[in-house]
Amino acid sequence: MDPECARLLPALCAVLADPRQLVADDTCLEKLLDWFKTVMETECSLHLLQDHPCLMELLSHVLKPQDISPRVLSFVLRLVGIFAAQEDCFQYLQQGELLLGLFGETGALSWAAWNMPSVRSGWIQGLCSLAQHPSALHFLADSGAVDTIFALQGDPSLFVASAASQLLVHILALAMQGGASGSSISEAAAWPVCAQKIVNHVEESLHSKATPQVTQALNVLTTTFGRCHSPWTGALWGRLSPPVACLFERDPIPAVHSLMDLLLSVARSPVLNFAACGLWEMLAQTLSRLSPTQAGPLALGTLKLQHCPQELRTQAFGVLLQPLACILKATTQAPGPPGLLEGTAGSSLTVDALLSSKSAFVGLLCQTLAHLEELQMLPQCPCPWPQVPLLEATVTILRLCDGSANPSSSVGGRLCGTLGGCVRVQRAALDFLGTLSQGTSPLELVLEVFSVLLKTLESPESSPTVLKKTFQATLRWLQNSHKIPNCSDLSPDALLFLGELFPILQKRLCSPCWEVRDSALEFLTHLIRHWGGQADFKEALHSSEVPTLACQLLQDPESYVRASAVGAAGQLSSRGLQATPTSPENPQAQQGLLMDFMHILSTDSEGFPRRAVLRVFTEWLRDGHADVIRDTEWFVATVLQAVSRDLDWEVRMQGLELAQVFLIQAMGRSSLHCPYTVGLPEATSPSPHPEFLQTLCRLPLFEFAFCALLDCDRPVAQKACDLLLFLRDKTTSCSGPQEAGDSPNSASVEAVLQRWREGEQGQPLGDLEPEAMLAILRSLDLEGLQGKLAKSSDHMEKSPQSLLQDMLATVGILEENEADCY
Amino acid sequence: MKLYCLSGHPTLPCNVLKFKSTTIMLDCGLDMTSTLNFLPLPLVQSPRLSNLPGWSLKDGNAFLDKELKECSGHVFVDSVPEFCLPETELIDLSTVDVILISNYHCMMALPYITEHTGFTGTVYATEPTMQIGRLLMEELVNFIERVPKAQSASLWKNKDVQRLLPSPLKDAVEVSTWRRCYTMQEVNSALSKIQLVGYSQKIELFGAVQVTPLSSGYALGSSNWIIQSHYEKVSYVSGSSLLTTHPQPMDQASLKNSDVLVLTGLTQIPTANPDGMVGEFCSNLALTVRNGGNVLVPCYPSGVIYDLLECLYQYIDSAGLSNIPFYFISPVANSSLEFSQIFAEWLCHNKQSKVYLPEPPFPHAELIQTNKLKHYPSIHGDFSNDFRQPCVVFTGHPSLRFGDVVHFMELWGKSSLNTVIFTEPDFSYLEALAPYQPLAMKCTYCPIDTRLNFIQVSKLLKEVQPLHVVCPEQYTQPPPAQSHRMDLMIDCQPPAMSYRRAEVLALPFKRRYEKIEIMPELADSLVPMEIKPGISLATVSAVLHTKDNKHVLQPPPRPAQPPSSKKRKRVSEDVPDCKVLKPLLSGSIPVEQFVQTLEKHGFSDIKVEDTAKGHIVLLQEAETLIQIEEDSTHIICDNDETLRVRLRDLVLRFLQKF
Repeated sequence: MDPECARLLPALCAVLADPRQLVADDTCLEKLLDWFKTVMETECSLHLLQDHPCLMELLSHVLKPQDISPRVLSFVLRLVGIFAAQEDCFQYLQQGELLLGLFGETGALSWAAWNMPSVRSGWIQGLCSLAQHPSALHFLADSGAVDTIFALQGDPSLFVASAASQLLVHILALAMQGGASGSSISEAAAWPVCAQKIVNHVEESLHSKATPQVTQALNVLTTTFGRCHSPWTGALWGRLSPPVACLFERDPIPAVHSLMDLLLSVARSPVLNFAACGLWEMLAQTLSRLSPTQAGPLALGTLKLQHCPQELRTQAFGVLLQPLACILKATTQAPGPPGLLEGTAGSSLTVDALLSSKSAFVGLLCQTLAHLEELQMLPQCPCPWPQVPLLEATVTILRLCDGSANPSSSVGGRLCGTLGGCVRVQRAALDFLGTLSQGTSPLELVLEVFSVLLKTLESPESSPTVLKKTFQATLRWLQNSHKIPNCSDLSPDALLFLGELFPILQKRLCSPCWEVRDSALEFLTHLIRHWGGQADFKEALHSSEVPTLACQLLQDPESYVRASAVGAAGQLSSRGLQATPTSPENPQAQQGLLMDFMHILSTDSEGFPRRAVLRVFTEWLRDGHADVIRDTEWFVATVLQAVSRDLDWEVRMQGLELAQVFLIQAMGRSSLHCPYTVGLPEATSPSPHPEFLQTLCRLPLFEFAFCALLDCDRPVAQKACDLLLFLRDKTTSCSGPQEAGDSPNSASVEAVLQRWREGEQGQPLGDLEPEAMLAILRSLDLEGLQGKLAKSSDHMEKSPQSLLQDMLATVGILEENEADCY
Repeated sequence: MKLYCLSGHPTLPCNVLKFKSTTIMLDCGLDMTSTLNFLPLPLVQSPRLSNLPGWSLKDGNAFLDKELKECSGHVFVDSVPEFCLPETELIDLSTVDVILISNYHCMMALPYITEHTGFTGTVYATEPTMQIGRLLMEELVNFIERVPKAQSASLWKNKDVQRLLPSPLKDAVEVSTWRRCYTMQEVNSALSKIQLVGYSQKIELFGAVQVTPLSSGYALGSSNWIIQSHYEKVSYVSGSSLLTTHPQPMDQASLKNSDVLVLTGLTQIPTANPDGMVGEFCSNLALTVRNGGNVLVPCYPSGVIYDLLECLYQYIDSAGLSNIPFYFISPVANSSLEFSQIFAEWLCHNKQSKVYLPEPPFPHAELIQTNKLKHYPSIHGDFSNDFRQPCVVFTGHPSLRFGDVVHFMELWGKSSLNTVIFTEPDFSYLEALAPYQPLAMKCTYCPIDTRLNFIQVSKLLKEVQPLHVVCPEQYTQPPPAQSHRMDLMIDCQPPAMSYRRAEVLALPFKRRYEKIEIMPELADSLVPMEIKPGISLATVSAVLHTKDNKHVLQPPPRPAQPPSSKKRKRVSEDVPDCKVLKPLLSGSIPVEQFVQTLEKHGFSDIKVEDTAKGHIVLLQEAETLIQIEEDSTHIICDNDETLRVRLRDLVLRFLQKF
C-alpha cells in the first residue's frame, strides 16, 4: 500500500465507523473493495491488518450494537471475507471471535439490518470470499452458515437468492477439492460431511413438490456442472440423475427452463462419460416430451454440443425445424418436399397447437429463424444443411407476411391471417434469408428469392426497418447469387433483377420517410462499391434516374440522409457514374460535386454530412480521383482550412486521416522525383524533397497538426501525435545540423505553441520555414505525449489515492453543510 | 323488426329498418360504378373519342353502332352516364318516416328518393354532411350538365339485346332502373328536407324510438346512429374509422349493449394500410415531378384530399418540390377548402385546438397563401393563364367519365413522363382507364381508405359486444380474389347475419318489455309489502291508457253505481268492470311444519311423497290428497267442502297475502 493511502486510511476508517457520516455513494465502497482486493494480491493480509490497526477497529466496530448504515455493514462483511481468504489472517480473525460475531447466528443474522437485501448479499459475498481453505470449511460447518444459505436460496431478492446458490456451489467444490480422495470419489458416503449435507439438500429439493425449490436445486446443479470439471461431478450426476429423470415424469414438467439449462450444462461438461450416464437418452426424451415452443433452445443447445451422437443431433434438428416444416406442409400442394422436414412436420394437432395463439406462434417462428441463423454460422452446423427446403420455407414465410402467398389448405389460410403484415416475423425471415445466401441454391429458387425481395421492396406496406433488412438481404444475395471463384461479375439473372430493382429504388429515394431514403442510399453505395466498375451494371444504372435522385438528396432536410447521399454521390463520382456527364469542355460541371462537397463541409450545420464528406475526400485522395489530382495541394489546403475550424471532433480526426494519406502519397511521389532513388529498395525510407516540406508549411499542414496535438478531444490529439511522429521519422534524414531553437523563428513558434497550450488558440503560427518546423518537431517529446494520451482520460481520477481523498472530501462537504445549518 | 336491403353495395348502403311502428331509412348511397360502362364526357372536343368506331354484332349487324363504341377491345355506351339506384319496389318508399344519413358519400341518391317516391318524411344529417354532400352533388350535376349530350342510349338496355353484348355490359344488373343524373333543382329540394343534428343529440320519433348520431371518425360530420326504445337498441355503423385523421374520433363506447348492430361501410381495400399508401403516393408524386412529368390525382372534392394536402404540405419542402404548382380544379374547390376550415367542432382535437390560437385547422390555407396550391372552378378561364408544367393536378371525377379529369387524361395520356395516381377506392382503376387505352402515361394505384378493416372490426365487436351483427354478404366471406384469406371477413359469435340487394331480413330478436308510466295519484294509493328484504310488492288495479306510443296506468274509475235493474248507462260501457279482487298469495309451504300442523289439528296417518315438482301429502284416513308444487297447491277430496275449507285455511296459514 502506498504511503499516501496508508496515511489517509485511518481517517477513512473513522468516517466509515461513524454512524453520523453518510457514505452517499455505493460505488465508492465497491471501488474501495476492489482496491483492497488488488492490494491483497501482493501483500499479506495479516500484515496489513496488523500494520493498520484502524482496519481492525473498523471491523470490530460493527460488532457493537449501534446504528451503522446497512451499506457499511455490507461493506465490512465483504471486507472481512476478503481478509479471511488468506488462512493465517482467517485464524487471526477467528481468534478474535470476529468471524463468528459477524457470520455466526449471533452476528449479522440477528441484526435488524438483516432485513436489507444488501446486508444479506454482503454476508453471502463475504462468506464466498473467505471460503478458500479447509479452515473456512470447518468454520462453515460449525457456524451453521450452510443452513442459512439453504434458506437464502428462496430469498425474495433475486440477487441474494442467486448469490446463495452460487455460494453453495463454491462450498461444495471447496469441500470436494480437499475432502474426497481419488478412490472414494464414486462413493458418496465417503464424501466430506459438508458436501454430503449440500448434496442431500439438493436431492431433497429435487423431490419437492414445490417448483421454486426444484428450480433452486436445478440452478445449483447447473452452476456446479458448469464450473466444476473434476471427476467427482460424475459421481454427483450418477447420484442425482434419477431424481432429475423423475422430474420429466411429472405433468406438467416443473421448471422446464432450468431443467434444460441443467441438461445442457451437464452435456457440456468435459469429465462425464455421457454414454454411460444416460444423458443422451435423457436429452432425447426431453426433446420429444417438450412442446415446440419450449424445446427450441434445448435443440439449439444440443446441436451446439461437440460430441453429440448423430441420432440425437438429427432429432434436435428436427425439433428446431418443426415450425418451418409445418409452414411448408400447410402451403405446398405437392406432397412434402423430399429430403428435409419429412416426418418433422408432426401431426395436424401440433399445427393447431402452434396456431392457437398468434403471439406465441410469431414468437416461436422468430426464435426458430434466429436459432437457424446462428446455427448456420457455427462449425457444428448440421450436415447436410437442408438449404433448399429452408430457403423454400423462408420465402414462403415472407410471402405469407406480405399477403402474396395463396395456399389452398385451411391451415394455410389461417397462416395467412396470422402472419399477414407481421413485421417481427418479416424481419427475422429477412435476416435468415440473408444468411441463406451463403449456401448453394438452385437457380429457380434464387429467382424466387429475387422476386420476393422485389415484392417486399416495392410493397407500400413494408415498414422502414423491413426495407432496411430487405436491402441488406438483397445485397448478400447479389453477392452470392452465383459462385464462380475469382469472379465478381453479376450473373445475367442478377442483372435482370437490377433492371427491375432500379425503378423501385428510384421510388424509395423519394420516400417521405427519411429512414427509407437513408437505407436506399446506403444500399446504392454498396451496390456501386461492388459492381460500379462493370459495364453492364453501369448501363443499367444509367438507364434509370437513380444517380440524379441520389445527388438531389444532398439537399435533404434530414442530416443522416445528406450524409448517406454524400457517400453515394462520392461513390458514383469515383466510378465516373455521376448524374451530370463530365466533359472536358465543361470543367465547372465536372468540379460541381467537389464544390458541393466543399460547401457541405464548410456550411452544413450537422456533423454527419461533414464527416461523410471527409470520408469521401479521403477515399478520393487515396484512389487518385480526377478532381482531386488536378490540384491536390489546393484540395488539401482547402479541406484542412475548413476542418481546422470544425466543432466536431470526428471531422477533425478525419481531417488528420486525410492529411496522413496525403503525406504518405506525397512522400512516395516525392521520392520519384529523384531519378536515382528508383532502384533503391523500399526499406530505405526515402527522405522528402525540401520543396515538399515547403508545401507542407504552405498548406499549412504543420500548423493543422500542431493545433490538433493540443486538441481537447483525446482521440484527435492521439491521431495528431501519430501523424507528427510519422512525419518526424520520415524527415530525420533531411534534417540539417540545426538544433531546436537555432532557427530564427523557431523560438516564436515555441512561444505560440506555449500560448496554445494555455488555451489561446486563435493566434496563427505565421509563415514558417521548413527548418524551423523540423526543429520544433524534434524538440517536442512526442513519445512522451503519446504515452500520456494512451492512458484513459480518467487515469488520474482512478487512482486509489484519489478515491480515498474523494470519499473523505464528500464527508468533509457534509460536515460543512452541517455547519451551515447552525 | 325487419330490415329491407335496397342496395347491394357494402359501402354505399341503403337499408330500411322497421322498428316499433316506425320506418327508418338508413343512408341512401348511389352506386356510380355503372358510369364505367359509358364513354367519358370530354370538356374539349376530343377527336379520338368522337372517332371511335361503332360496335357491331358478330354477324355484322350494326344497329347498335350509334349507341355503342369500341375502344381497345372494350365496348362503351355513348350516352349521358347513368346511375344504378337503390331498389324502389321492395318497399313503398312513401311510407318511410325518416332517413338517417351517416356521411356525405352515402346520400348521393337522396334526390331520387325524396323527389320521386312520394316521400314525406324528414331527413336527418349533421351540418358538414349536408354541406359537403351538397358540394358533391353540385359538382356531379355540374360535371354532367356542362357537357350536354343529345343522345340517350336505350336500345342496348333491351334484355334481348343486352344478352348479345360483350362483358361487362352483358352482366350489368338492373339496367332498366338506371337513371340519368338529377338536376340542381331536385338537389335543392331534397336538401331542404334535411333537418340538421349534432353528435349525441337525441331525436324522438313519434315517441316510439329515439335516434342519436355518434361521431364515426371517417369524415367531417360522419356519424353512426343509435336507434333505441326503452328496452331495445339497434346500432347502425356505417363508414367508421379508428385512424387519426382530420375528423373527430369515433365514439365506440355508446355502441355498447346493442341488441342488433348493422355494420356497413368497411374499408374497400382491406389489405392496404392507408399510411403505406400515403407514403407510396408521395414517393410516386415526387419521382414523377423530379423527372419533369405531371401528376394527375382523380379525386372527390372533399375528404381524403384534405389529408393528402396536409401530407404534401409536410413533404414538399423536404422533397425539393417547393416550386411545383399544385392545382385543385373543381366547381366546388373553393367552397370545399373553405368549408373544411369552418367546421371546427367536427374536427379532431388537434385541429380544434388550432382554432383557438387562432390558426386555420388545415395547413392547406398556408399552401394557398404561399401560392403553392391554387384552385379553380374549371380548366376554362384563369387556369389556362396560370397553368405551368410540371405540376400536380387534383380534380374529379374519380370514375374518369366526366369532370375536368377527362381533359387531363387526354392531354397527358400520351407521355410516359406523366403519372396518374388513383387514391379513391370506389372505382376499379383498370376499368376507369379502359376508354383511354392505349395509354403511355404511368398509372399508380394508391387507394386510401381509412374505414375500418377486419382486424379493427373484430376488436370493435369484442369491445361493444352486440347480441347480433347484420352486415352485407360480402363481409361474411373472404374476398373472391383472395379466397384463402379467412382473416378478411367478419368473424363473430353468433355468426353475422348477411343481407344482399332486394332481400328482407327478419331480425332475430323479440321485443319483451314496454315501459309503462304510472300516474302519481295511482302510485300514491299503492301499499307495497316487503316480501323479501329489498323486494316489495303491491297489487295494482288500473286502466292502461295508450296514446302516441306512450303507455300510462291511470287510476281505475270509481266502482260503478250498483247497476240499475234496467239498462246500463252508456258512459259505463267504456269503463272495464272492476271485480273485487281476491288477495294474492306468496311464499312457500314447508312440508314438515305443514304435516305437524295437520297432526295438531287431528289428522293422522299422514304420508308424504316426494314428486318431481314438489310433494304430495296423503291423508289416508280422510282419503284426501294435498298436492304441493312450487306455484300451485291442490286439495283433492271427495266432495267434502268443509274438509277442503279446513285444509285450505291450514295451507293459507303458511302463505302471505297482499
